[in-house]
Order: sequence, then C-alpha cells, then structure tokens
Amino acid sequence: MSTSVAPLPAPAQRAVDALGRPGSARREGARSRWARRLPLMPALIYMIVVTQVPFLATIWYSFRRWNLLIPGSNKFSGLESYRLAFSDPTFVTALVNTIEITASAVILATLVGTGLAVLLNRRFFGRAVVRTLLITPFLVMPVAGALLWKTTVYDPLYGLLDFVLSPFGAHHVNWIGRFPIPAIVTLSVWQWSPFVMLIVLAGLQSEPLDVLEAAKVDGASTVQTFTRVTLAHIRRYIFLAVLLGSVYIVQTFGKIYMVTQGGPGTATTNLPFYLYEQVFNAYNVGVGAASGVIVLIGTEIVALGALRFAWGLLETAQART
Amino acid sequence: MAATTSTWSKRSALVRAARLVRRTDDHHRRLYGRARLYGHAWSVFTWLVAILLFFPVLWMVLTSFKTEGKAYTDPPTIIFHPTLTEFSQVFSSGIGKPLEHSLFTTLVSTGAVLLLAVPAAYSLSIKPIKRWRDVMFFVLSTKMLPVVAAIIPIYIVARNIGILDNDWTLVILYTAMNMPIAVWMIRSFLLEVPIEVLDAARVDGAGLVTELTRVILPIVVPGLAATALICMIFSWNEFFFAVNLTATRAGTMPVFLVGFITSEGLYWAKLAAAASLASLPVVLLGWIAQKQLVRGLALGAVK
Repeated sequence: MSTSVAPLPAPAQRAVDALGRPGSARREGARSRWARRLPLMPALIYMIVVTQVPFLATIWYSFRRWNLLIPGSNKFSGLESYRLAFSDPTFVTALVNTIEITASAVILATLVGTGLAVLLNRRFFGRAVVRTLLITPFLVMPVAGALLWKTTVYDPLYGLLDFVLSPFGAHHVNWIGRFPIPAIVTLSVWQWSPFVMLIVLAGLQSEPLDVLEAAKVDGASTVQTFTRVTLAHIRRYIFLAVLLGSVYIVQTFGKIYMVTQGGPGTATTNLPFYLYEQVFNAYNVGVGAASGVIVLIGTEIVALGALRFAWGLLETAQART
Repeated sequence: MAATTSTWSKRSALVRAARLVRRTDDHHRRLYGRARLYGHAWSVFTWLVAILLFFPVLWMVLTSFKTEGKAYTDPPTIIFHPTLTEFSQVFSSGIGKPLEHSLFTTLVSTGAVLLLAVPAAYSLSIKPIKRWRDVMFFVLSTKMLPVVAAIIPIYIVARNIGILDNDWTLVILYTAMNMPIAVWMIRSFLLEVPIEVLDAARVDGAGLVTELTRVILPIVVPGLAATALICMIFSWNEFFFAVNLTATRAGTMPVFLVGFITSEGLYWAKLAAAASLASLPVVLLGWIAQKQLVRGLALGAVK
C-alpha cells in the first residue's frame, strides 16, 4: 500500500509551476486578458459604430433646422424642432396612436399567444401540424401579410370578413375606413401572437415535471396547479415576450404603410410613420429627428427598465457555474 | 358449523371487497372518461383556432391559383380550376432582380453576422472577459433601440457617400440588426461545450484558432445553423430600411411587393401569387427550424 501523493493533473501542475514565478505570471495575465478581449473587439466595435453613432447623430440633427430641399438651411436652432413637433397636432395624434396601437396589440397578443401555448402544451393528435399552422402568420413576410389582409380580408365588397359577418347584418362595410385602429391592431395580433406563443411554449416545456407531480399529489386541481405553479414559472417568459413584443410593435411601420398610409386622415399615423412622412415627404430633417429622439427616449425608458428587471432572471439561466 | 360460517363470512367479505373495487373502478373510469372527453374537446378547439389563424395564409395561396375573375367574387369562390397563369405573369413582371437582391443581402449579412458573432460569443462564454455581464447587457440593449430613430443620419450618410439604393448598405444594416440575437444564441450554444473537451485540447497545446475551428465549431454547428436560420428570417422580411434606402437598383422583395400593389393593386390573384412567392422561402425555413426558433426567441434562456 503506497502512501505517496498522486501526481497532479497537468493543468494544475502548470498552475503550481507558474505560482513559483510571480513576475512571468503577471505578464501572462495582462497578455491573456487581451487575448480574451481580442475576439470580442470586431463585433463590439461594429455594433457601436453602426448602432450607437446614428442615434447620437439623430440627437445632433434634432437641434438643427434643416430642410433637405433648401440648400444652406442646415442651421443650429436649439430646441425649436421639439417645439415645432409638440405644437404639431399630427405629432400629438401620432404619439397617442402609437401608445394605443402598441398597448392594445401587446396585451391582446400576449393573451392570445399564452392561451395558444397552453393549448399546445398537451399531447393530442396532430400537435406538430397544429404548431406548424400556428407559427405561420409570424413567418409570412409582414408586408405580404398586410397586403393579404387589406385585400382579401378587409375589402368592403369581396373581403372574407364582410362575407363571414354578412349573416350578422354586415353589408359592404368599409372596415379599414370605419375601424382603422382595430384593423391595424387585429393584423398585429395575428402576426405577433405566434411569437408570444413560441416564447411561452418554451417556458411551459422547461417546467420541471416533479413540481407538477408534487402539486397533483398534494391534491391541487388543474386550475390551482396552473395559477399557483405554472403561472409562477412562465411569468418570466411572458415578461420576455411582452418586452420584445412591445419593442417590435412600437416600431410598426410596414402595416400602416401598406394598409392605411396613416389614414383616414391621421387616424392611424403612429410615430414611425409620422417620422417617415416628415423626412421622406416633407424633407424636414430637424422635426423628424426630434420625433425620433422622442421615440428613442420613450422606448428606452420602458425597455431598459424592463430589461434590467428581466436581466436577473435571464442571467441565472445563462451563467456558467 | 363454525367452520362454514367462517368460510361464508370470508366469502361475503371477498364479495364485498370485489364490489367495492368494481365500484371505485367504475368511478375512476367515469372520471377518466370525462377527463378524456374534455381532452378531446380541447384538442378539437385547438385545431379550430389553428385553422382559423392559418386561414388567411391558405386563402392567399388559394387565390394565387385562381384567375383574376375568380379572385374577387361575392360570395368568395372556393371551388375553381387551379391555374398557374398568375405565377407566370409575376415571373415575367420582373421578380427576378428583387429576388436576387433579397438573396444577396440575406445570405451575405447572415455570413457576416456569424463571422463576427462567433468570436464575440467565445469571449463571453468559454474564456469570458471580466465584464462579460456589461457587454451582454449592452448587446441586448441595442436590440431595444427603435430603428426609426436611426434612419435620418443613416439616410443622410448613405446619400452623401453615394450608397443609396445599394445592396451593401442593407448588408451593413442587417448585420448590425441581427448581431444581438446571434451573439446571445451562439453564446448559449457555446456554454454547452463540455469543459473537459476544452481542457484536453489546451493540454495538447491547441491555440485559439485550432481550439475554435477544430474543437468548438464541430460541436456547435447545429446551433450555428439555427442562428443562421433566424438571421435569414429577419433579413428576408425586413421592410423599413429596405423601403427607405433602396429603390430600383437594390430593391428587395418587400419593396417589390409595395411597388406591385401600386401598379397591380386591382389584380388580387397576381398580388396573392407575388405575396406567396415572397413569403415561401422563409415560411419553409421556419417550418424546418421550429425547435430552434423557440430557443432563439427565448434568447437562449431555455436549455
């Protein structure tokens, strides 16, 4: 029986050796720190240049008066663009519309998406096919989807909606003209519910089975199990879906561009569409930039606050132990 | 006599027990049956909802095989002779160029994303830098920025240096747009590489490049494929940058569709054919990569 110490594994041995030479270890440390940072640098620099610089430039432009069609009109004007934006009734309407469209679409898509996820989280005949059908609205090119709804669904004469609702007294209703915001919201909910569904489904499928078993053994009913156990577990996934969904839906542009062009009047003009009109129709860089900054601030307050909150949840799942 | 009584009472006890078992069994079966009935009802309901939500897409595809006359009728036509006329008309109306631009911008930007995101994700997972949490937070926060607020300087710069209506402008922007989700996804895949494998490679004296190409890449290739699929979906469908920065020389499929509605707005069958063609590649990709889609969208938080 030998009592000698077993030889150290090679990396440990090298670590012990390195400890014997403190000077070289420190130099090695500085070098390896840079070796660690180097692979990150190209992506990080690229992202800073392409995503951060334009926002700084937008802030810069928002303090200037500049019409692209008038040469030499590019002058410093302080906060005038902001004053002009806020005194423009269209801008205020756009602000209200943005909040209305985003809030209702996010809430409805979250409800529908979560419901779909719960329905899909059961074993039943053809589940894979049903999931495939359900995610399709999210995959269809949004512009194509908008085109499709505008023509074949909402059309007053030959649209499906008019046909389906005709037994209930609908006759050649100008759906988009009479219900512009619900028309846009319905289209958004149709597109984004599958997105919420996919995220919540991921949450449901990661739920530990032993906890569910324990709940059943303790005599909890299905409803109790869902509200007390499952909902607590998928809460962070729902939160993530709401966060990402809001960020995308607040930027809704294609649907409005395709279906209503911001109308009738300014009934569906949201901030992205307002900004687009300011810059690409009125060539008014200053006011466009000022409204861009306002969108930016609004989104950031909501998103960064929410992100900090969600961060802790995500981090625990991400950290390598 | 005593013995018979005892046997008798034993028998009656057995009978009673059997009766009890049968009764609880019945009770269970009835309960189970009801649960199964509820289960069936929910399944049917799920199917109905799925068909309802899918119906507009189905209708688009059906309409694309109709003639214009059958495309808008009241009531809507369900039974018709399928025809490929509209598709051939779409093909002859110049869908080729936008298809090329879409393919180019999608593939090149996805390649660029992977090229930049793999080393970055490596620095945030396998050999993490000290402040990897801050970097991850920054990366994710860029996804929260509204692109509309960046369009003005991008447009002005592109105009001034003459890269408006250029494929590469979209490539640059799409690469940045997809970087956060790619870094997040690839990082979560890298975290799954077993430490023992890495240690073994390091002991054998493998450098960074060897470690990356020979050891890590083979393990994470499926994950990279999933990341690429998601990047492709978002690039292919992107509209805002495309419509504001490109026109005839670099216009992608969504821009083509918009142009199509202004020139052919009254021709539903043709529009449906164009819309179906434009959506088809990504719908197919998404169907194939459903599982990865779940993972990618949950930002790699799902193991």
